[in-house]
Amino acid sequence: MVTLKELTVEELFTSGHRLCAGCGAGIIARMTLKALRRPTIIVNATGCLEVASTIYPYTSWRTPWVHVAFENAAAVASGIEAAIKAWKKRGAWNKEVDIIAFAGDGGTFDIGIQALSGALERGHDFLYICYDNEAYMNTGIQRSGATPHGAATTTSPAGTKIPGKPEFKKDFIGICAAHGIEYAATASPAYWNDYIRKVQRGLAVEGPAVIHVFSPCPLGMRHDSDKSIEIARLAVQTRYWPVYEVENGKYKLNIKVPRPKPIEEFLKLQGRFRHLFKPQFQHEIKRIQEWVDENWKRITELCGEA
Amino acid sequence: MSRVIGLTGDEAAAYAAKQSNVDVVAAYPITPQTIIVETFSEYVFNGEVHAEFICVESEHSAMSACIGASLAGARVFTATASQGLALMHEMLYIASGLRCPIVMAVANRALSAPINIHGDHSDMMGSRDSGWIQIYAENAQEAYDWIIQAFRIAEDHDVLLPVTVNLDGFILSHSLEGVEVQDDEEVSRFVSTRKPLFRVDPDRPITVGALCLTDYYFEVKRQQVEAFDKAFQVIEKVNKEYYELTGREYGTVDVYGVEDSEAAILCLGSTAGTAKAVAKNLRSKGRKVGVIKPWVYRPFPSEDLLEAVKGLKALAVLDRACSFGAPYGALCSDIASILYRNGSDLKIFNGIYGLGGRDITPSDIKVIFDEALEVARTGTVKEPIKFVGVRE
Repeated sequence: MVTLKELTVEELFTSGHRLCAGCGAGIIARMTLKALRRPTIIVNATGCLEVASTIYPYTSWRTPWVHVAFENAAAVASGIEAAIKAWKKRGAWNKEVDIIAFAGDGGTFDIGIQALSGALERGHDFLYICYDNEAYMNTGIQRSGATPHGAATTTSPAGTKIPGKPEFKKDFIGICAAHGIEYAATASPAYWNDYIRKVQRGLAVEGPAVIHVFSPCPLGMRHDSDKSIEIARLAVQTRYWPVYEVENGKYKLNIKVPRPKPIEEFLKLQGRFRHLFKPQFQHEIKRIQEWVDENWKRITELCGEA
Repeated sequence: MSRVIGLTGDEAAAYAAKQSNVDVVAAYPITPQTIIVETFSEYVFNGEVHAEFICVESEHSAMSACIGASLAGARVFTATASQGLALMHEMLYIASGLRCPIVMAVANRALSAPINIHGDHSDMMGSRDSGWIQIYAENAQEAYDWIIQAFRIAEDHDVLLPVTVNLDGFILSHSLEGVEVQDDEEVSRFVSTRKPLFRVDPDRPITVGALCLTDYYFEVKRQQVEAFDKAFQVIEKVNKEYYELTGREYGTVDVYGVEDSEAAILCLGSTAGTAKAVAKNLRSKGRKVGVIKPWVYRPFPSEDLLEAVKGLKALAVLDRACSFGAPYGALCSDIASILYRNGSDLKIFNGIYGLGGRDITPSDIKVIFDEALEVARTGTVKEPIKFVGVRE
């Protein structure tokens, strides 16, 4: 594990961007750029991170940075990687560079999953980081395939009849690992050195690697902006967000949670779950706890921990 | 040095790309373009080119990967048709807005529904305002010649716009012709390698694709308009150099027999070939008809077209696509606009033809010439829009 002292003081993701106070994406971007091993090209899907870090003529990026559209960060990364390979073949490029694609959960779980699947199957050498704030936060909090059961969004509101999103979250890492890629992992910004190690590991892979990182969102999850890291930690400590990695198909649990906190600890800090604490919807909390328990059992079994 | 080899339109497009020092091709198969990617794949898998071929999972990703590679600084080629071009639609605007000089062959095909694999111009006309330079080839030779020239036009720093070279699906894409091709070295020297203005180089980091709101977006668009204006000069320069190399002469507009004609047909692509053959026959019988074919559709060569129609009394403009609910087909609307702007009293009528690959025969063309001559004689247009060869 990397220590604080070992981290570079260089800031390639600079301050002055317009992300909200307490935004997970900004924290994740900054940490990511502190984990680089060499010059790196960033591809950014449309989303909060993109709009808030590059309002023309300003930019927060001291690396080459490319934004093309919402659903295609993985395809754009494929093109850049191919360009560099072709130049190397004709002797027009001799620099070693890495490529990282950032996308939110909407750009990954939903609209971008085809482009991602294609790029993983083709085996391009890049690291894909999905910062998952569990809804379309940039367009004003609409539900995505990553939004958890029960969460209120503007398209899955806390209705009198239907209390938030009825569906559960996709197994995104399972989907990625099924492509047979060398490395896929989950992470939480509360466990920063685990995250940094994973970025470094993902970059070292020759071929595609994926990191799925929990990204607290004060605006959309509706929590105090000074609670972001606390929520990111509770996500892990309640077993809501298992932190594990899949290396060549082998699952490994990275953060053990022997005495999990009840899911209420995680839910109660966030306005998106407030309605679940009304007497008529309390059974939904139980359902979420059951999902968490089942998911934890499934993951830990895959990790050989159960 | 040149030699003549047998190539279909698709093969000619792939052959031109092979000779043009392309770095990256990202493409997805679709009829009638598929032969282009198949042929190029053979070049890659036989080690005949240095290019990376990304066999993507959709046309949307094809254009996305092309944009990524082009922004990186690579020379990029791709090909598509019909639904594929429609699926790319979002990315077409981004390619031009980010000033990516990508060259794309489009083997024109009808758009669904009903599904149809044959040639018409609905696909490209549906994307005509996407900020791409649009060139239409009459035959496989022109497809070959224009693709080579397209790299020079697109990548010129005064232009920096993507270019499509259109070839009619099946009629050109799948028909074998004798094509005069240049030596590899000659073409390589002519196109050189891309000299990007910017590239994604970690030693000179730049931000590309930033959010751009009310304060700058309009200026970015205005610059694209300016690039289209500047493209005329660059096209002329490239055509001239290409003529010096090959002896084959190109411009924005191809004309046949209009200098002494009273009536003419104006159309895009392969139909011009049929029209020229019919015109030749009619002219041998003393009837004064000609053919005007814009090679370049965007930027619209208004001045050259006005020059071409000077002296005509009637003009039939043929569109191989419907512009539903519009006063004319797209090409005819453009022609009407420049004539009006120029105060011209040239009589025009519009023929909509060949949708879904329906053949346009020499006898169809002859009927149109007859009608154009009648309009020239009477000065009256009876039918502003004709549907040619359809069962009513």
